[in-house]
Amino acid sequence: MHDIKRYLVPDSLDEAVRAAAEGDVTFLAGGTDLMPQTRTGARSFSSTLINLKQVPELRGVSRENGGIRLGALTTVTDVLNDVVLRKAAPVLSQAADHFASDQVRNSATIGGNICNASPAGDMIIPLLLLGAVVELASWNGEAVGTRTMPLEEFFTGPGKTQREPGEILTAIRFPVPGEGFTARFVKFGTRPALDISVVSVGIAGVKENGTLRRVRAAFGAVAPVPVRGRNTEAALEGKLLTSDTIRQASEATQEDISPISDVRASAWYRRELVRTLTTRILNDVSTS
Amino acid sequence: MHRDFREETERKVEPAVTEAVKKRSMMEVEMIVNGVSRRLLVDPFESLLYTLRERLNLTGTKEGCDQGTCGACTVLLDDVPVLSCLTPVARCSSRRVTTIEGLAENGELHPVQKHMVETGGIQCGFCTPGMVMTAVAFLREKPRPDEREIREAISGNLCRCTGYAKIVEAISRAAEEMQS
Repeated sequence: MHDIKRYLVPDSLDEAVRAAAEGDVTFLAGGTDLMPQTRTGARSFSSTLINLKQVPELRGVSRENGGIRLGALTTVTDVLNDVVLRKAAPVLSQAADHFASDQVRNSATIGGNICNASPAGDMIIPLLLLGAVVELASWNGEAVGTRTMPLEEFFTGPGKTQREPGEILTAIRFPVPGEGFTARFVKFGTRPALDISVVSVGIAGVKENGTLRRVRAAFGAVAPVPVRGRNTEAALEGKLLTSDTIRQASEATQEDISPISDVRASAWYRRELVRTLTTRILNDVSTS
Repeated sequence: MHRDFREETERKVEPAVTEAVKKRSMMEVEMIVNGVSRRLLVDPFESLLYTLRERLNLTGTKEGCDQGTCGACTVLLDDVPVLSCLTPVARCSSRRVTTIEGLAENGELHPVQKHMVETGGIQCGFCTPGMVMTAVAFLREKPRPDEREIREAISGNLCRCTGYAKIVEAISRAAEEMQS
């Protein structure tokens, strides 16, 4: 079992970070990862369990200074149904639509999906395409201190992040994509619902005159963390999207990934999938 | 101020119970289950599924995979379908929980239940409570669904007997009945 000594439900961020500063805390948001992980023993509880559900600063989707801020407690269903997001960042809504099942989407939060730091986390790839940053808050002894960092630097290994023990991930922010921005996300699994991705591929850029600029590529479930595809990006940046470019870019993906074999697929199969899905995405982008 | 449930519990409850609370770090939750307000001592991180089945004896909700992939344990939390096996009961404090036992009104089955029986969508019955809860919430959102929408709506619920055809038919018939 576990050894939870205290259960807290703070009403403000101030209270939450102060409680967290006492150390040895486990945060609860939707619980959809925490519950099975603690049950199987993959994770153990700290002595204090902090339920974040009543912290208002962690809620809501808002537009600010040309960007969008997603409170960490935004559920995947909220992302899916948000009209602002559907217009500004449809790739995020699409990923939400392919996330687990209705029942899980209704509980699971975007902050939880990021902090769980699964290499296969479905919301992470589109957020990498959007150039997202994470906002972290902690108690600095006198007040609430915050820092931000690019999402792609946040992950350090499977289930591991740069978040310090007393820190709370409060929000995810990204700039609203400009004119001509196009983004695709494809998740591959054996069952349409509820599958953990075998691989996922995301590619984005600004399309003008048959070329992609400011290209971002990201891959899930093919490395210890969700990764940016720098080689793939370089193979595409500013080049006409011809069949040659597409072939070279699909080949370049192989340098960006380091998949392993596990219960879901072999490393060989994952490599083939990434190559094939990248070709399909780029063919689609070039003809649309 | 933030609330420390253990301390609150210690103040309110009998001394003997307080001892148990101290030892096992139990907490009190209050929730409305099928329209009835229930106050319970629970482990802060037990699943809602456990609370329903083992503490409230509401065994209609089924434990299938217990890891969030089969949908058999689906219940409604404030009318929204969730997997009770993945929902810590602490999250349900001051909220409404509806289970399969809470659907019938005045002894009359909910149309989804009725048509599941009539079409033979129930078969072994193990996925049925979760399937019905998912369908009930879905029909509230979308009263006139087509077949594709129904299949998508129940994609988080596994059935190993029916091949889904009869379940889809049942939901479709229930939608028609609820329209008329």
